[in-house]
Amino acid sequence: LSSGSEVSLSHSNMSESAKPHHPSPQGKGEKSHGGDFSYVGIDAILEQMRRKAMKQGFELNLMVVGQSGLGKSTLMNTLFKSKVSRNKSVQSNPEERIPKTVEIKSISHDIEEKGVRMKLTVIDTPGFGDQINNENCWQPIMKFINDQYEAYLQEEININRKKRIPDSRVHCCIYFIPPTGHCLRPLDVEFMRRLSKVVNIVPVIAKADTLTLEERDSFKQTIREELRANGIDVYPQKEFDEDAEDRMINDKIREMIPFAVVGSDQEYQVNGKRLLGRKTKWGTIEVENIAHCEFAYLRDLLIRTHMQNIKDITGSIHYETYRVRRLNESNGHLESLLGSLPVKRATVFW
Amino acid sequence: MASSDVARQLDKGARPLSLAGHVGFDSLPDQLVNKSISQGFCFNILCIGETGIGKSTLMDTLFNTNFENFESSHFEPQVKLRAQTYDLQESNVRLRLTVVNTVGFGDQMNKQESYQPVVDYIDKQFETYLQEELKIKRSLHNYHDSRVHACLYFISPSGHSLKSLDLVTMKKLDSKVNIIPVIAKADTISKSELHKFKIKIMSELVSNGVQIYQFPLDDETVAKVNTTMNGHLPFAVVGSTEEVCVGNKMVKARQYPWGVVQVENEHHCDFVKLREMLICVNMEDLREQTHTRHYELYRRCKLEEMGFKDTDPECKPVSLQQTYEVKRQEFLAELQKREDEMRQVFVQRVKEKEAELKEAERQLQGRFEQLKSRHAEEKAALEEKKRLLDNDLTSFGNRKTAAALLQPPGFTVNGKKDKDRKKWVKLFCLCFTAQHSSALMANFELFFFFILIHLFYSVFQFWLHVKT
Repeated sequence: LSSGSEVSLSHSNMSESAKPHHPSPQGKGEKSHGGDFSYVGIDAILEQMRRKAMKQGFELNLMVVGQSGLGKSTLMNTLFKSKVSRNKSVQSNPEERIPKTVEIKSISHDIEEKGVRMKLTVIDTPGFGDQINNENCWQPIMKFINDQYEAYLQEEININRKKRIPDSRVHCCIYFIPPTGHCLRPLDVEFMRRLSKVVNIVPVIAKADTLTLEERDSFKQTIREELRANGIDVYPQKEFDEDAEDRMINDKIREMIPFAVVGSDQEYQVNGKRLLGRKTKWGTIEVENIAHCEFAYLRDLLIRTHMQNIKDITGSIHYETYRVRRLNESNGHLESLLGSLPVKRATVFW
Repeated sequence: MASSDVARQLDKGARPLSLAGHVGFDSLPDQLVNKSISQGFCFNILCIGETGIGKSTLMDTLFNTNFENFESSHFEPQVKLRAQTYDLQESNVRLRLTVVNTVGFGDQMNKQESYQPVVDYIDKQFETYLQEELKIKRSLHNYHDSRVHACLYFISPSGHSLKSLDLVTMKKLDSKVNIIPVIAKADTISKSELHKFKIKIMSELVSNGVQIYQFPLDDETVAKVNTTMNGHLPFAVVGSTEEVCVGNKMVKARQYPWGVVQVENEHHCDFVKLREMLICVNMEDLREQTHTRHYELYRRCKLEEMGFKDTDPECKPVSLQQTYEVKRQEFLAELQKREDEMRQVFVQRVKEKEAELKEAERQLQGRFEQLKSRHAEEKAALEEKKRLLDNDLTSFGNRKTAAALLQPPGFTVNGKKDKDRKKWVKLFCLCFTAQHSSALMANFELFFFFILIHLFYSVFQFWLHVKT
């Protein structure tokens, strides 16, 4: 990128392109001569940063929440085009399949694409919403999320801390809404209300191939109104928009949530091409066709455009909120406890 | 749809997975870079060197701008640091550059404490960052990072070896900041001397155990370049912001009668190497080293100094929170004790003051009583005098009435006075009539003359009557 731009001493805003064209790695004899004396080389830092990121690799932790049978595992497999979640149909005993309480199962994978390495962790929550009495079924999930924050906090306040603290915090929680076509159920409202304060929630309408387009639109409308009425702020949150450009992009997304998705990990032949889809007697639903379902939008949002933003919001907002609350409450907690103990030696176990 | 190859293992516990199609997370580095662009970058350089060695000029040349520096005096009593922040922009990258210069370094007679202000400055930047990190409500991503990322140490071109001041200073700083030594004003040394000088400097640094910054070799793309550059340390630089016409181009150079030293000519000096290493290739690594090595070291030392540990005597991990809480309780208890002491002292003082005031009040009371008694006395004396006077007055009155009884009527007791008055009246009349008689010569007038006399006599009689 030796475009000969001058280094200017200024405080002005600069315009940025949506996707920067990164310069080729600067070899030794490539640029320093050539008669361009106003080039300093500050923009080479972008390349350095990119190199560093590629070397370090990335981490992503996704949580899927929804009743069993809504297609969570299939959707994960479709998103990452591999067998991320093990198929549950191998289990024969139906009683064994539905756990008594909500379990949290976390599986990690190393995936790589074009030199970019990522450690993907999918956190499954079998048993959510499956019991007869579903009160407080969000509690194990809340506890898990807070435990991850706690682990990160403990690492961070160590004296000898690691060069890179392993990030196991849940970046995004995908919530599956059953396609009833009417409105949100009390369980959905309750869960999303509680969890939208601690984690980024992306609601999706599961198995959307049971809804016609009109039903889908009205269902989405109802859901959006109910979310607004209950004060539930799902990702992308309105209050975290950084500037006008951000707001514009996010407004478009907000008009589309919840995404109506169909998941499939089987390929079929459609018009001479092999596509992922669901084959039925009345036609084949193409998963990646935006006329059929909104899977492509979800994939783009989660992976291609907003992944870094999701991680940033988790790290700088949700985690910081947890940290503030935690440090404040530990002050109060310890004060009452230490009031009666001698000050010299006090070991309090959490 | 390109298929990908088998992934390398990032760490244990994660199984590798192969992707059957294009997922799209290869745009992650771009997303990261985009975010960094919108946030902007921060870079802080510290320049240490004697006054007049060319620090400001080199900075100007390096960043191709005029930083508006003025010459410092040689008579500073102490080494001071002057930090200036600039916002630079090149294509779409914004850089917030802070240049810190030492003022008066090496000018004092006694240079023993010269390094101290520099060390203090660096520590202070670490301290502010640590404070921000330890805060409860913090905003690290908005925080303007002022920690020193690179330190350019300017060696004067004596051609022999390092000065002891240089060695001492660099030794103190090598664990706190990335030191990059440069030979300033390299156009005063010839090529062969320069080669020997560089070898001498490096061997001195090694033998004294000074850890200067080595360009990183772990990334394949830049390892080769960095290895070569590591061999050229310390860079011999020449700085200049003036342009001279050479051939048909304008180049940054210094013009001498015997020739022109071109700054960006690699045969003349190592300026281009310095710029490439410092900015184009290793800026991010410098920042990372500062954060992960120097800052962590500082943080560790500082926290251990404050008494925090990671494990307590039973080797159970003690959370920072607990120790912090314990310390906080101790501190609060001490605060309480001091407060009580102060309160006691205060009460004591109040009592003393009260006693003093009471004493003063008593004294005033005494004086007042005294005054009152004196007044009473004086009043009594005056009353006595008044009585005497009254007595005199009454006796005099008595004498007066007695005297009045003895005198004939028409004459008051004050007869003498009246007699005098009568004498004057008589005289006045005689004069008046004499005057008129002298004016009157005819018989006719004689008649009037006698009437006048009669008039005067009756007036006089009347007046006497009135008088009695």
